[in-house]
Amino acid sequence: MQILEGQDVTKHFGGLAAVSHVDFHVDQGEIMGLIGPNGAGKTTLFNLISAALPLKSGEIRFKGEKLNGLKPHQICQKGVARTFQGTKIFADMPVLQNILVGASFGTPTRVSAADAAREAAQALEFVGLSELSTVPVKDLTLVSQKRTEVARALATRPELLLLDELMAGLNPTEVSEAMELVTRIRDKGITIFMVEHVMKAIMGMCGRIMVLHHGEKIAEGTPQEIAADKKVIEIYLGEETRAGS
Amino acid sequence: MDITRLFAHRNLLVVGFLILILIFLTTFPLYGGSYYILVLTTILMYIVLTVSWAMFSGPTGYMSLAPAAFFGVGIYIGAILGAKLPLLVAVAAGGLGCFILALLIGMVTLRLKGIYFAIFTFGLLMFLTEIILYLEIHIGGSRGRHVFPASDEAVFYIMLGICVATLLTAYFIRRSRLGLAMQSIGGNEEAAAHMGIDTTRVKVFTFAISAIFMGAAGAIMAPSLIYIDPYIAFNMRYSFMPVLMAVFGGMGQFYGPVLGAAVFAYTERILRIQYPYHYMLTFGIILILVIVFLPGGLVGLIQKLQKTRLISKLWNRGKEEEHANT
Repeated sequence: MQILEGQDVTKHFGGLAAVSHVDFHVDQGEIMGLIGPNGAGKTTLFNLISAALPLKSGEIRFKGEKLNGLKPHQICQKGVARTFQGTKIFADMPVLQNILVGASFGTPTRVSAADAAREAAQALEFVGLSELSTVPVKDLTLVSQKRTEVARALATRPELLLLDELMAGLNPTEVSEAMELVTRIRDKGITIFMVEHVMKAIMGMCGRIMVLHHGEKIAEGTPQEIAADKKVIEIYLGEETRAGS
Repeated sequence: MDITRLFAHRNLLVVGFLILILIFLTTFPLYGGSYYILVLTTILMYIVLTVSWAMFSGPTGYMSLAPAAFFGVGIYIGAILGAKLPLLVAVAAGGLGCFILALLIGMVTLRLKGIYFAIFTFGLLMFLTEIILYLEIHIGGSRGRHVFPASDEAVFYIMLGICVATLLTAYFIRRSRLGLAMQSIGGNEEAAAHMGIDTTRVKVFTFAISAIFMGAAGAIMAPSLIYIDPYIAFNMRYSFMPVLMAVFGGMGQFYGPVLGAAVFAYTERILRIQYPYHYMLTFGIILILVIVFLPGGLVGLIQKLQKTRLISKLWNRGKEEEHANT
């Protein structure tokens, strides 16, 4: 079943087509990768899905329901959560309170304070940050800040999670741990759509990958198909890359 | 009684202290002279303005310079309605009028960010001054009006009531979902929206709630002004004072703006009477010293002292015992 589908999705910034006539879909339960050179329109596409940018041209549907015209908080409450390139955290709040925000507001029906606290504590434990719960997020390392962001998104009880460059800036050990975390999220039944530059992560985890270049979709398929795609190699991967290694 | 045990019940201590203050204030007109009733009314008024300003601008980081605008609208509503209706009705109307006005303004301006919001709210003050001046001259026929009289005690008690309502509202909002939502807007507005918070609604609603108290305070201050015109009612001093007082007190804690407003208003009063020629200078120096040396305001100073003083040792030991007991 397709949990997310986009048809003819287009976004112009002035004369520049940041995303141009892109059709895509994400299947329920899969990990879908989105790659492409810098400026290809990956984050713009995420911003269109999550309504950070208004979608004026084309159509995006989540579980068959049109998302066009909704506000970011409505998208979140429908079950699409996201993290941000770089991080966008509530720096002065303690870790647990960051996550509590997601737990308190992320669902369409109002949750009680006790339920929100329980949900937040669970999400915190799931990402392995329980010991840091009272530390202000600004005092954490990058990897812990990213985990906080993931926990905050999970606390909104999403069905689809958009991860924007979760692995960027992490060392190899941290990348492996992040991959393990993403797999566990998928195993919980949450579909994942991720933008990533770390090829090891993309090739190792994704069921399918879609490639954007200058706002256009130039390829889509399994990691093997993408790794062998002439156009993708020329534009993005480069000749020497051996996928999966 | 062992003093440590006394500190063990710190919540009880705080509540008892607050009740004592309240008793002191409610009985004050029985023994305080009429001059001090006026002084206390002014201090309460500044507490209302400062706490209601900090209610919205503190957590969200949206710097509003609108307090004087709402205060002035409150003064006008109070002056016009108070002549014919009971004082309390005029005060309620002042609050309600400002709530509605703030809803309308909020819907337009809260899309603005940072300095643009501050400038717009300040422009609102200028705009309202001129509009009402125009209306007074063209409809009323004169630029000002005399205000009905009211007893100082009545004004004092109503102001006290508004002040208590402001403090309770601020306290509960701070601890509520709304408080969490505002804090996350202040932390990162974009992330807050993506976490399911209807940021526009939260901002407009709390902006309007805070305006209720400013308007009510204006309405009850009207009688003590005796005569008003738009330049008296819409005095930009009432936009800047709440900001200064909140910063002076420190915005990190709930009691910061309260303390700031009380100490600030009282010091200002003393200086003005004792040193009428040097008061501005002295006051300016005090302000600069506070901002340079106490970035956390008075609250920051108290917290610094708490770290070093004996009283904090007792306080903390009490806290530990409290934990041990539960």
